Amino acid sequence: MNILSRGLLALASLLLIGVFFQPLWKITLQAPQYPEGLGMLIWVNDITGEKPHDLYNINLLNHYIGMKYIEPEKIPELKIMPFIFGFFIVLGLAGAVTGKKKILKAWVILFIIFGILGIADFYRWEYDYGHNLDPNAPLKIPGMAYQPPLIGCKTLLNMKACSFPDKGTYIAAASLVLGLLALGVSALVDKSSEAKALQT
Amino acid sequence: MKGGKLKKVALAVAAIAGMGAVFSQTKSLPKQWEEAAKRVYVPPGQHDEFYVFFSGGFNGQIGVHGIPSGRNLRVIPVFSVNPENGYGYSEETKNLLMTSHGWIPWDDTHHPELSQTNGVPDGRWLFINANNTPRVARIDLSEFRTVEIIEIPNSAGNHPSAFVTQNTEYVVAGTRFSVPIPQKDHPIADYKKWAKGTITFIKVDNSPGEKNDRMEIAFQLLVPGFDYDLAHCGKRKSHGWCFFTSYNSEQAHTLIEINASKRDKDFILAVNWKRAEECLAQGKGKEMKTVYYHNYVDPATGIAKAVKKTSVTILEPKDCPGVAYYLPTPKSPHGVDVSPDGEYIIGGGKLSVNQPIHSFTKMINAIKNKQFAGEIEGIPILKYEAVNHCEVKNICLGPLHTEFDDKGYAYVSCFISSEVVKYDPKSCKVLDRIPVYYSIGHLVIPGGDSAKPWGKYLIAMNKITKDRYLPTGPELPHSAQLIDISGDKMKMLLDFPTHGEPHYAQMIPAELVTKHQKKIYDLEKNMHPYAVKSEDEAMQKGVVRKGNEVHVYMTTIRSHFTPDNIEGIKVGDTVYFHVTNIEQDWDIPHGFAMFGADVPNILIMPGETLTIKWKPEKPGVYPFYCTDFCSALHQEMQGYVRVSPRDADVKLCWGTGNKRKCAE
Repeated sequence: MNILSRGLLALASLLLIGVFFQPLWKITLQAPQYPEGLGMLIWVNDITGEKPHDLYNINLLNHYIGMKYIEPEKIPELKIMPFIFGFFIVLGLAGAVTGKKKILKAWVILFIIFGILGIADFYRWEYDYGHNLDPNAPLKIPGMAYQPPLIGCKTLLNMKACSFPDKGTYIAAASLVLGLLALGVSALVDKSSEAKALQT
Repeated sequence: MKGGKLKKVALAVAAIAGMGAVFSQTKSLPKQWEEAAKRVYVPPGQHDEFYVFFSGGFNGQIGVHGIPSGRNLRVIPVFSVNPENGYGYSEETKNLLMTSHGWIPWDDTHHPELSQTNGVPDGRWLFINANNTPRVARIDLSEFRTVEIIEIPNSAGNHPSAFVTQNTEYVVAGTRFSVPIPQKDHPIADYKKWAKGTITFIKVDNSPGEKNDRMEIAFQLLVPGFDYDLAHCGKRKSHGWCFFTSYNSEQAHTLIEINASKRDKDFILAVNWKRAEECLAQGKGKEMKTVYYHNYVDPATGIAKAVKKTSVTILEPKDCPGVAYYLPTPKSPHGVDVSPDGEYIIGGGKLSVNQPIHSFTKMINAIKNKQFAGEIEGIPILKYEAVNHCEVKNICLGPLHTEFDDKGYAYVSCFISSEVVKYDPKSCKVLDRIPVYYSIGHLVIPGGDSAKPWGKYLIAMNKITKDRYLPTGPELPHSAQLIDISGDKMKMLLDFPTHGEPHYAQMIPAELVTKHQKKIYDLEKNMHPYAVKSEDEAMQKGVVRKGNEVHVYMTTIRSHFTPDNIEGIKVGDTVYFHVTNIEQDWDIPHGFAMFGADVPNILIMPGETLTIKWKPEKPGVYPFYCTDFCSALHQEMQGYVRVSPRDADVKLCWGTGNKRKCAE
C-alpha cells in the first residue's frame, strides 16, 4: 500500500472514534400537544431522550398502544456495537501500519457488510416495536401498526414520527468513504506502477 | 318578466345591503377603538409582552394577567385557601397559614411588590402584605407559588407593606391600626395612652440557591400611635430611606372619618434604615418577648414548616437620633411615591385638590440645618416649607397614588374625580388627563414605582364598575383599564374585569419572569418522606398502618393510580393519601379527590408529592378519582377503598391490575 492509502485508512479508523461521542440515529415525535417535541437518540451503546425525561415520556405514551418499553439495557446490540467499532479502529490502524492491502480490502468489505446488517437489524427492531403490541392495550386500532420509518417521516395516529441518521452515522459514512478512497488510490497507484513495470 | 327582473334587482339590492350591514358591523368600530384593538390584540398562540400581578384584595390571592391582552393567566393563592388545587388544605401547605392566632384561612392582600436589584424589578420574587392578620408573603416566580410567609408581631392592619428597598435588602411593614404594644386590656377611650405604632423592617436573604427561609424581622421601630397608611422606599440618591404616610395624627378612636380629618396637615414619616442599622450595631435595640410565626416551604420535600418565634428587636426613635423625621403633608395623605431618581417624595392628597411634592435634597438640608417645627416622641417634625418642592395645584379631586414613566413624567390616580392625571413633578405642571370608570384606587406602570420604569402602558384599577359589563346581580367585578402612555396624550385601550379587588399591581417585561420558569419538579430530587418514585416502590411500600393512622403511598401516572384498590381500612381510621405524581412531562398534573373527604381535591404537579387526610365514617366501598383531565383515559383514572367496620378482621391489602400485596 502506498503512503497516501495508508494515511487515508489511518484517518478513516481514527475518525471512527467520533462515533463513540455522537448519536447514530434520531427519532423524533411531534404532536399538537407536544409543541416542543419528543426525541430519542440512539448511541453506539445506549438509547437516551433528546431532552431529560423524553425517553420516559415516549415510553409513557407507548403504553396507550401497547408498545413495549424501550429499555436500553435489554437491547444486546448496544453491548456489542462498541466492540465492533473498536474492532474497525484497530483493524484499520493495523492495515495502515503494516501497509497490507489485504487488510484494507477486508476492512472496506467488512465495513459495508456491517453497515447493511446494522440497518437491517435496526429495521427489525423497529418492526418488532411497531407490530408486537400488547393485546391488552387500551388503544387498539385494527390493522394499525406503529413502526416508525427507517428514514423519513410518517404519521402514526396523532404523532408525526421522523427517523433520520445522526452525526455518528455521518461520521461512520465519512470513514467508509475515506476507506473506499484509500482502496481507490491504492488501485490507481498499483495500476500506474504496473504500467511503469510494463514500460521498462 | 318585468316582475322577475324587479325581484332580481330587489334581491341584489338586499344582498348588497346585507353585505353592507356585515361590512359596516366590522368597520363601524370608531377609529379610536379600531386602533386600540390593534394595540391589544395578541393572536392565538402568541404571548403577551408584560406580566401584571394584581393583588386580589379581599380574596387574599394574586391575579396574574398578560398585557396588553388582559388575559387572565393564573390566580396564585397566598393568604387564602384554594379548593381548586388544595392550597392551604393539603398536609404540605397548611402550615403556611399558621399564625400566633391559630390557623387562618383568609386575608386581605393589597400591595404586591417585585424583588429588585439596583432598583430594577428582577422577576425573582413577588412580596405581598396581609392586612388583617399582619403578615408578608413571598411568591417564587419560577413556580408561581407562595413559598414563605412571615407574621408581623406588634402590628394591626399591615397596610404600608410589602414595599422593598433598592436591592431587596428589606421588605417593610407597618401599623395602619395602632394598638397597645404589647397587647393588653385597655378602655378604648384611653387611646392616646395605649396607642402605639410600629414600622417593621424584614431582612431578606438574597443569596442564590434553593432555600425558602429568607425573611427575618430585623427590627421594629416604635412610633407614635397614628395610622400608618402607605409606604415606598427611597432609591438612587434616597437609597437608605423609607417613607410612610400617616393619618389620624388627631389620634381619634371613633368616627375616624370625621375625627381624623380635622387637621390641616398629617405626616409622612421618613425612616433612615441605614441609621437604624448603626444604632442596632451599637446595641440600642431592645429584645421584646412576643410570639409570631415564620412559615416556609422546604424546597427538598415541598413541605411547609411553621416555626414559632418568640422575640423581636424594638428600636425607639429617642434612643437613635436621626433615625426618623416627620414631613408635614396636607390632609391625611394616602399614597407616598418616590420618583425613579429618588428626589421627589409625593404624598397623595386624598382629601385635597392639590398634590404635595417633597424634595429629598431639601429634606436632607432641612435636617442638616435643623429646620424643625417641633417633635413627637423623639421624632423631629421638619418645617413644611423647608422640605416641600411644590404643590401641584388643582390637580384633581382626591389624588391617591403616583407612578412614573420612562420619560420622567408622573401619573396620579384620582379617586373622587375618577381620572388619571399626567403631570411633570419637576415643573409641577399638569399635562394631560383621562377619565376612568369608575373610582380608581391604585394605578400601575411597568417598573413604575422602581428606579427604572419601562413606561408604555398604565393600568387603572377601579373599584366600581356599575354599567361597564354585563350585569352579574348585585355583586359586580372590579376592573382594570389599560391606557397607552407612549405618546403625549394618554389613550384608553382596553377594559377588563378582575378577580377580587385589584388593589395594587406590579407589571414587568415577560422575559424577566419566563427565563427561569420551572416546567416540572424533578422526581429524582423529591425528598418528601412519603414520596415514591416508581409504581414498584409504591407497591412495595404500599399501605402502612400505625394504630388508627393509615398511610397510603400512592403514585399517579397516565392513567391510573398505584395502588387503585385498597382494603383493610376501618371506620375510625385516619387515612393519609400521600400521592406522588411520577409524570415528568410539562403540564401533566393529576388530581386526587376522595369521596366524602372534608378537604378539597389536591392537584399534584409532575414530580411532586401532596397529601390529604380522610376519615371514613361508615363501612362501604368508596371511590377516588383523578380530577384533572390528564389524558384520553382520564375518565378511567379511578380506584376504590374498602372500609370495614371498626372490629372487622379484614387484612390490609393493596394493588393495581395484577399486582397485589398484603401487609404481613
